[in-house]
Amino acid sequence: MNLAFHGFADDGKARLPGSLHVNRRLSRWLAFHPDGTATIRPGKVELGQGILTTLAQIAAEELGLPLSSIRVAPTVTGESPDEAVTSGSLSVQECGMALRHACADARALFLSVAAQSSGVPREALRVEAGSFLGPDGVEVSSYAALSDRDLLDAEASPDVSPIPAGARRVAGTSAPRLDLPPKLRGEPRFLHDMRLPGMLHARMIRPPRPGARLVTVPDFALREGDFLAVVAASEAEATRMAERAARLARWEGGIAFPADWPRWLEDTPGERSTVAEQGEAQDGTQVLRRVFWRPFIAHASVGTCCAVALWEAGALRVWSHSQGPYNLRTDLAKALRLPPEAVVVEHREGAGCYGHNGADDVALDAALCARAHPGRPVRALWTRAEELAAAPLSPAMRVAVEVHRDGEGRIVSWRTEARGNGHSGRPGRAKDPALLSAPLLPGAAPMPVSINPPLAGGGGVQRNLVPLYRLPHVKAEMVRLTEMPIRASALRGLGALANVWAIESVMDELAEGDPVGFRLRHLDDPRAATVLREAVALSGFENRHALSEGEGMGIALARYKNTGAWCAVVAHIRAEERLRCLALHLACDMGEVINPDGALNQLEGGAIHGTSIALKEEARFDEECILSTSWDTYPVLRFSEVPRVAVKLIARPEEPPLGAGEPSVAPTIAAIANAVHQALGIRPTRLPFTPENLAKESD
Amino acid sequence: MGFTLNGRPAEHPGGVTLLEALRSDFALSGPRFGCGQEQCGACHVLLNGESVPSCALPVEAAEGREVTTVEGLTPHPLQAAFEAEQAGQCGFCLSGILVSAAALLRRNPGPDEAAIRAALEPHLCRCGVQNRILRAVRRAVA
Ligand code: FES
Ligand code: FES
Repeated sequence: MNLAFHGFADDGKARLPGSLHVNRRLSRWLAFHPDGTATIRPGKVELGQGILTTLAQIAAEELGLPLSSIRVAPTVTGESPDEAVTSGSLSVQECGMALRHACADARALFLSVAAQSSGVPREALRVEAGSFLGPDGVEVSSYAALSDRDLLDAEASPDVSPIPAGARRVAGTSAPRLDLPPKLRGEPRFLHDMRLPGMLHARMIRPPRPGARLVTVPDFALREGDFLAVVAASEAEATRMAERAARLARWEGGIAFPADWPRWLEDTPGERSTVAEQGEAQDGTQVLRRVFWRPFIAHASVGTCCAVALWEAGALRVWSHSQGPYNLRTDLAKALRLPPEAVVVEHREGAGCYGHNGADDVALDAALCARAHPGRPVRALWTRAEELAAAPLSPAMRVAVEVHRDGEGRIVSWRTEARGNGHSGRPGRAKDPALLSAPLLPGAAPMPVSINPPLAGGGGVQRNLVPLYRLPHVKAEMVRLTEMPIRASALRGLGALANVWAIESVMDELAEGDPVGFRLRHLDDPRAATVLREAVALSGFENRHALSEGEGMGIALARYKNTGAWCAVVAHIRAEERLRCLALHLACDMGEVINPDGALNQLEGGAIHGTSIALKEEARFDEECILSTSWDTYPVLRFSEVPRVAVKLIARPEEPPLGAGEPSVAPTIAAIANAVHQALGIRPTRLPFTPENLAKESD
Repeated sequence: MGFTLNGRPAEHPGGVTLLEALRSDFALSGPRFGCGQEQCGACHVLLNGESVPSCALPVEAAEGREVTTVEGLTPHPLQAAFEAEQAGQCGFCLSGILVSAAALLRRNPGPDEAAIRAALEPHLCRCGVQNRILRAVRRAVA
């Protein structure tokens, strides 16, 4: 199951929550042990977002076990449930709700068996710390005592009732993150820290441009087609060899990068399609037309991508920080021409992941090097330059908005178009493997051109293109470019980053000085109105006119994907030599919150990520190469620039959970843009809002 | 060549960076590789009490000096403060940040917010945990 991509399909089976629907055996999800602990086996993976703690809380609640008795097994293909990709702020919906149901089912099954063997009626039994107690408080059995029976070797039943919202004791509390203490001690917890006996180290040498052919190969390097790498016994040696190989290798040809990317966006052919059309088209007497541009942006994780691979007896084992171990297995098998069963992908944590970065790509790099050294584990690590330039980038976009109003200034029609490359180039979905080095291999197919998932699955370039406001007519179209000189794929928020900014900038302009009232008058959705009012109350937005000159506040609102969490943001900025964001106030409604502090941490992080994108981030390139290959040339927000962030969560324990990783990013960008209007009197139309780009606005 | 590593004598043949030596030859995982160009802070260690990047520094520069990694600081009141504030997401940046915060507290036991921000300026945290980290350092000061 991956709602992030497909949306729901009716397959005729009784509906089970989340990914349980397509992974129906309970034994796939959990196991009990004689020592009283239980292992849960999620198919969603830890990306730094704290999901393991959240999932353990859900399991502890339903099973009636202390949190400390829950072990979380790393996702391994062939063993763990296939939950496709950990993305789209959907882990709690898909995996958490599956686990909640599976654990409730397991508890019911175990209690029935305990009732039968003890003669105590099922209703009279209660669970306490994994023990099943009779009315007299005496233990009649336990998960541990029954752990050797194959009770979980059964399909999940649709008729179990998890603990009702009002009775939850663990879910809904801010349990501290399970992974934080070892990380604070610097313990070997990351894939990067894995050390296997006899391990070799690999570094890759990349073609300077896509499509360049390798014509001169240093004799000490490993070559397969146009794939070039070095393998050495130590990291230091591998790094030195890679530097030498890069100097000696000669490449020819390849395609040029679109140095003038705005022009390229307009001129490149694409497929046009309608995203949505609602209401009756009407032309107004006044028409407002605005066009917004956002550049390519990088994932820019603090750690670089890493993988360890072991090739033995024609089978491959890969340790990876991929977001989708099963999808990676599919494409590794294709690229290496192996049956999928001959490949095992095991997840290990990497540095923070904010979308489709190079984690999958480096797994193929490691596998290719391991194939040349059978029996020896090979660890491949990317350089900072690869991390910033060889990983997929979030594609540049052009968003046009045209609003028609009648004689009284009422909106009669909202027409919009988002244009750019597709935002989904993930592995495991196309006919040919979507891994960086795959097209370099002899006889390989080119890299599949990225697509946009359907709106039911969250969309790509069209994510949040349709405004959440009540409008008599909306026409939203997208154009997906069919050429992809720069590999494009998903980064936190996808198309929403530009689309929400475009909508909220235009709404702000139309509001003519009453940004809150104007938005409220166009809202039917009470949860949207609530977050907007809360953000205003929290931030003192109504007193913005008292700010000193050069300062400004801006507000923005979005419901992520139009189906996820609601988030309103007020940004307070000051125009100095560059723009500085001083404070952000957020209000968010994400339905049931399993771990409130974990959700706050994600929302705060998303807001800071959004600030960084708004003020600084842009991948730079000329025709020959990508130039933003270091933190100097791809600057991101630093400690001195980080705004204060305050978040108010609206508690809705009875509502379905909605995910916290992404909803705050796009409205933060939009709120900063609207604050620029108060501070400088201009409405920015080019991201990032650097002095150079702002100077172009008055042209 | 020799130096002191986390309080114990250490010998190294040289020829690599301090970070490579620490990770590969002394099997430490606290100092992390993030850029190799002294731009991200992931690899910071204490060299005679001063927080420095180890990724481009030849191991020879440590000759006769004291090298302390986050492992050598453990247990430290900062770690408890970071836990109390839940100051971390992926955690990849944390050991470098802890090292710089520890160096700051050693030379200035009562830093204000500006001093904390300045001390942590070399460190990137892409997960956006900076505010929690600032709170955690203030908590350790209090
Ligand atoms: S790895 Fe040393 S500063 Fe980035
Ligand atoms: S916690 Fe992920 S980089 Fe700081």
